[in-house]
Amino acid sequence: MAARKTTKKPNVSADELKKYYRDMLLVRRFEEKAGQLYGMGLIGGFCHLYIGQEAVVVGLEATAEEGDKRITTYRDHGHMLACGMDPDGVMAELTGREGGYSKGKGGSMHMFSREKDFYGGHGIVGANVPLGAGLALADQYKGNGRVTFTYFGDGAANQGQVYETFNMAALWKLPVVFVIENNQYAMGTSQKRSTSTPDIYTRGAAFGIPGEAVDGMDVLAVKEAGEKAVAHCRKGDGPYILEVKTYRYRGHSMSDPAKYRTREEVQKMRDEKDCIEHVRELLLEGKHASEEDLKAIDKEIKDVVNKSAEFAKESAEPDVSELWTDIYVEDTREDA
Amino acid sequence: MPTEILMPALSPTMEEGTLAKWLVKEGDSVNSGDIMAEIETDKATMEFEAVDEGTIGKILIEEGTEGVKVNTPIAVLLEEGESADDIGETSSGGGESSAKKDDSGGDDDDESRGKAEPVAASPAAPVPQPDASPDWPEGTEMTKMTVREAINAAMAEEMRNDEDVFIMGEEVAEYQGAYKITQGLLDEFGAKRVIDTPITEHGFAGIGVGAAWGGLKPIVEFMTWNFAMQAIDQIINSAAKTNYMSGGQLGCSIVFRGPNGAAARVAAQHSQDYAAWYSHVPGLKVVQPYSAADAKGLLKSAIRDPNPVIFLENEILYGRSFEVPVLDDFTIPFGKARIARPGDDVTIVSFGIGMTYALEAADKLAEEGVSAEVIDLRTLRPLDYDTVLASVMKTNRCVTVEEGFPVASIGNHLSAVIMERAFDYLDAPVINCTGKDVPMPYAANLEKLALTSTKEVIEAVNKVTYR
Repeated sequence: MAARKTTKKPNVSADELKKYYRDMLLVRRFEEKAGQLYGMGLIGGFCHLYIGQEAVVVGLEATAEEGDKRITTYRDHGHMLACGMDPDGVMAELTGREGGYSKGKGGSMHMFSREKDFYGGHGIVGANVPLGAGLALADQYKGNGRVTFTYFGDGAANQGQVYETFNMAALWKLPVVFVIENNQYAMGTSQKRSTSTPDIYTRGAAFGIPGEAVDGMDVLAVKEAGEKAVAHCRKGDGPYILEVKTYRYRGHSMSDPAKYRTREEVQKMRDEKDCIEHVRELLLEGKHASEEDLKAIDKEIKDVVNKSAEFAKESAEPDVSELWTDIYVEDTREDA
Repeated sequence: MPTEILMPALSPTMEEGTLAKWLVKEGDSVNSGDIMAEIETDKATMEFEAVDEGTIGKILIEEGTEGVKVNTPIAVLLEEGESADDIGETSSGGGESSAKKDDSGGDDDDESRGKAEPVAASPAAPVPQPDASPDWPEGTEMTKMTVREAINAAMAEEMRNDEDVFIMGEEVAEYQGAYKITQGLLDEFGAKRVIDTPITEHGFAGIGVGAAWGGLKPIVEFMTWNFAMQAIDQIINSAAKTNYMSGGQLGCSIVFRGPNGAAARVAAQHSQDYAAWYSHVPGLKVVQPYSAADAKGLLKSAIRDPNPVIFLENEILYGRSFEVPVLDDFTIPFGKARIARPGDDVTIVSFGIGMTYALEAADKLAEEGVSAEVIDLRTLRPLDYDTVLASVMKTNRCVTVEEGFPVASIGNHLSAVIMERAFDYLDAPVINCTGKDVPMPYAANLEKLALTSTKEVIEAVNKVTYR
């Protein structure tokens, strides 16, 4: 693959770089495996892969602290792996098994982890934006200094409730980082054809929310911008918008014939801008890792992913009694 | 071991496709993500990418082949160090031979589905066992209170009890409530806990749900339920469904409340009863009180409930006074109807403002010697079927009363349940008195006709008692 010009020396340690490499590779290999299982009929329904966008979640997770929250839309596998959720549980949810994060009742688009402060996984485009602001409102109410990362796409950025939320988040100075993952296509509609002004990050200006565009194929640039945004929120200065310019290599979902863009366009991004290749080069050029070291990481990731696929196939389908559970939270109050 | 590459399913419904074109040939090396072939289905042509890296050892299905079944081996991939001679000892897709679609044709699929599906039935309906316990101890001191005061008191008491309870909505704070329901709350609890929102129902309903997931107990006031249609996606898709979709991890303790149904002379967009709409949705609890005591006791239960509660009030009832027990902490449980007036000849079931017509009709019927039992459902989900069924089994006749539209109404649902569980007890068909099947008109005379009425209830009772 052609080398990408690295404009500046990375301001991170070798260990951090290796961690980003590993985390991004985990997302990519996991998604490739998910695509494969889908092809075999083991995963049903919709399945939206994150391949190409890995630097976004890995760069931002590098800025998160214990207790910070994250919420996203339906292209959510990468967010879950990046925040430390167990690949076994994610894959088993994709196959609709009892070992999945939602016991097989949510599927690809609806997974959650209280433990990792991951609040979904939402199938309605744009709906997670006020939900994320609400999580931030709860943190502000409690005064705990936590920040919520609210991810959505360039497509969701045209939903009305996003702007309702911008207004209230700015008005009440909610500690929320709005991360617009602009992968340039809302399903099959390019940004040019759907969005009146190209720079989505400027849309917060009307509400007094600072925003900036970030190279989403560069994990270090994402991390740097994320640190600034998080500091702004934690200080109590209100929301911040990051428009992260990224690219998805695969179709919108598995059943996407991808006639809205050329094969050359995709290949060019893969060859010239790939986020994993970028960190790989930084590691090798900086002599932070040898080819053998990286091969060992590749092997380690492959094993993790294969194990998750095995788990997802072997885990049983949910017991039929699960049909009737979790509709309501049991009321444990004494006077209930 | 060489790996078989299988014909992929490109959509959940795909069973076979055409291998339109190979983009690699035998001897080519591929990396994961490389496009290997084009597959054509009846819907689209899709590119098929490599998952594993290796060398194409053999192509098993030539390009142009039609009707290739999903999961048929189409090529063999060799790993480093393997040669074409190793082919023969293949494993499918890297050990993934347990694919479920490869062993049966399309038709068998349907057959096995029919056989294997376990039936998960609703629990069987037992004999009705109504809970007739009193709502408060006999001899409790009572005081007169309007529904408005009762709702206000319920919120204030719960906000005093629990720091996590807060209220948000349009004009709830400085204006003291569009209908003065939140009067005085800002003074007592401050702007942090009594939050004026912009006019932005969709957005603040979503923020409320997020805040509930974040550990708070929001009360979200809609100025009227008509405006909540802007927010219905957040109420249903986010608040009601997420506990189920998360396998029980993300309950949502939130109350959505405000005036519901027709007020007076505000026409179609401002006059609609949402009782049946929300009662349709698993994951929600739905409450529609009539009296002040019920409004107070049920709202306190709603605020404490760990689930999303739809609390449907009525503008016309806000100013009406009722007896309310003087107790430090009094709640009414969900799923318990109230027999507002005992009787023997006919059961009249209603809720909310419908109770006005039901009770007035019962008074007039009593004058004519007909003894009507009037049941106030109070909560619509969970619904107290047992109290209704036990009453119908006693009176053998039933009339339901509500202001909502007639199609798929609460009355329709009750009629079906009564037919199913008390068919042999019925001496007449159940009649549903409802609002008319028209948008609410503005003109005073037409508006009156569009609602149900005491007269209609009496006529219905006369019909089911064959008088």
